[in-house]
Amino acid sequence: MPTTMENWNPGKKQERYPNVPYAEKERLFLEVKSDPRYEDFLYGCYECGICVSACPSARFYDYSPRVIAQAMAREDIERIYEIMVEDIWNCAQCFSCVRCPRGNNPGGLVTLLREVAVRNGLQETREVLKGYSRVIYKVMLKGNQVSPDMLQPDFFPDWGPWVQQFSANMSVWRRAIPVDTLRGVTDAAWRVDSKTLRELYTIWFETGNMEIIKEVDEGLYDLLVEVMEEELEEG
Amino acid sequence: MTTAVEQILERKAQAVVRDPAQAPAHDIREALFELEAKGEIIVQRVPEPYVEVTTKFGRTKKIPIEHTWHHKSCGQCGHIPGYSSSIFWLHRQFGLDYLDPTDQTSCTGWNYYASATSNAVAQAAVMVRNFAAAYETGYFPLIHCGTSYGHYKEVREQLVHHKELRDEVRRVLDKLGKPLVLPEEIVHYSEWVHVMRHKIAERQVVEMNMLTATVHPACHYYKIVVEDAIYDPEIYGGQRIATITALLETLGINVADYSTWFDCCGFGFRHILVQRDFTRSFAVLRKIETMKNEVNPDLTVTHDTGCVTTLDKSQFAAKAHERKVGIPVLSDAQVAALAMGAHPFRVLQLHWHSTDWRPMMEKLGIDWQKYWDEFEQDLEAIRKGSRKGITWEDADQPVVFTRSA
Ligand code: SF4
Ligand code: SF4
Repeated sequence: MPTTMENWNPGKKQERYPNVPYAEKERLFLEVKSDPRYEDFLYGCYECGICVSACPSARFYDYSPRVIAQAMAREDIERIYEIMVEDIWNCAQCFSCVRCPRGNNPGGLVTLLREVAVRNGLQETREVLKGYSRVIYKVMLKGNQVSPDMLQPDFFPDWGPWVQQFSANMSVWRRAIPVDTLRGVTDAAWRVDSKTLRELYTIWFETGNMEIIKEVDEGLYDLLVEVMEEELEEG
Repeated sequence: MTTAVEQILERKAQAVVRDPAQAPAHDIREALFELEAKGEIIVQRVPEPYVEVTTKFGRTKKIPIEHTWHHKSCGQCGHIPGYSSSIFWLHRQFGLDYLDPTDQTSCTGWNYYASATSNAVAQAAVMVRNFAAAYETGYFPLIHCGTSYGHYKEVREQLVHHKELRDEVRRVLDKLGKPLVLPEEIVHYSEWVHVMRHKIAERQVVEMNMLTATVHPACHYYKIVVEDAIYDPEIYGGQRIATITALLETLGINVADYSTWFDCCGFGFRHILVQRDFTRSFAVLRKIETMKNEVNPDLTVTHDTGCVTTLDKSQFAAKAHERKVGIPVLSDAQVAALAMGAHPFRVLQLHWHSTDWRPMMEKLGIDWQKYWDEFEQDLEAIRKGSRKGITWEDADQPVVFTRSA
């Protein structure tokens, strides 16, 4: 069908998520907007596309920080919901987009959208984070995002034979590091005091972080709570 | 009447006067000191001796030389340990007082940028817990990770601007029995390397002027909060960060420019862990191959955890697709340590890097095989149990390199 003035209605041709009530989409947007950081991250949008030209994700995905800033500046509830479901996990969080002449932080807006998607347990977000649970487990329990023992050939086949070589030699290589806090440690990046870890667990409980994990992965939540509570009781 | 265009031309015709007092940027420290005067926070002062540098918009920033509390990076310590050991080795060479704490956690920023399974209060509480731990020891935080550095700058902004966040964080800290402390400056280790570069060059034992290097400036070092990064009119006219480039030039390395210098490395935080097709494609097509096509460097140098990992590890798979790859990736600290004679394996830990670094070592005239054989003996002794591990006693002494034939 040729585009005419009558049927030209960009971005609003059809609702892609008609099963989700408008009120629910609006509620999610208002949760994003109520974040105190929201007004630091969005001042309107010139549609200049400077953010897009700097954005790595825009090169490899159907993704645009300009569209995100635009939709949010216009408070286009339907479009924002689509972004939350389809786009936010493409962002590389590099913040190259803060080149924005309007002073926006599109990457920061993505962070806020992600937080709300996670807090509300959106199905698509749960799917995206499925493969990521072991990392959450590590960072919340050990206080380290990654550790040597995570470098397993099954997870990093694209890193080539180096990973196999490393895996076979991990414990010896780790002992051959002169830094005292690293030497011999394989299940964390460095040696962390148990008192420090207990303080970290207290932070997770006190700040509502555990509730966030519960929303994304209940099994992981149960596991974490069990280990942390035991550790806190012992301390 | 002068038109606006003429006014602009007139202004541009004037020589730029660099005067920190006239700098347009707000100085976050003023806000910190105000909060301190109100009794809301404690500001930990930069210890002496320090060196003053200028930031993007010209404010003066203090970089401490010693009495530093090393806020380590999980990606560096976990996956590229020669990065961390090089930073410590440099401190030891200059006999500087430092502390490598076990009362430190990651900033958890990587997790936040990857999964958002956190919130503003948790992020801030993790940061200030680390800062309070440093304050209790009397040592000043030196941040190894670019993401921790950027993330902490952002969280500091949020704490300064949002009282409700400060109150909530203080409530959590009370439970831990810790005060709300913010350091006077948030300092990245590459800034320390930067201000030490002439001292490093004075002790340089490896000539490096046959090398051409490209520089990858780490996004979270200078993009998250643009202020606080070091700029210098001598380096790209003050239009790019001065860290790394100034060091390499001081060591005699030819720094070559390439068109995609502003692009990120492709790390992506979650992508590197669970969606590496994006990471590999971006790292190779936008960074490594561009460098190769435009300047064919002997190495590329960066100053952050994720960038070293991404740029190094992404090259293997691309080779199978016959892409133009094969550039070794090192951190500025590793290059500085190598220049001063650090052992390539005991200190630099080059065996943790996967892109072939041998051609670069050969170009430097270093007989790497000899040092690998030596290190293999260390490993064998550890395997057999006759040695527990390598210590600073084994690694401190600079090597007088044997030149390859
Ligand atoms: S932070 Fe996200 S939106 Fe911004 S440039 Fe990076 S990938 Fe693009
Ligand atoms: S750079 Fe800023 S103003 Fe320009 S399109 Fe992007 S968000 Fe909008």
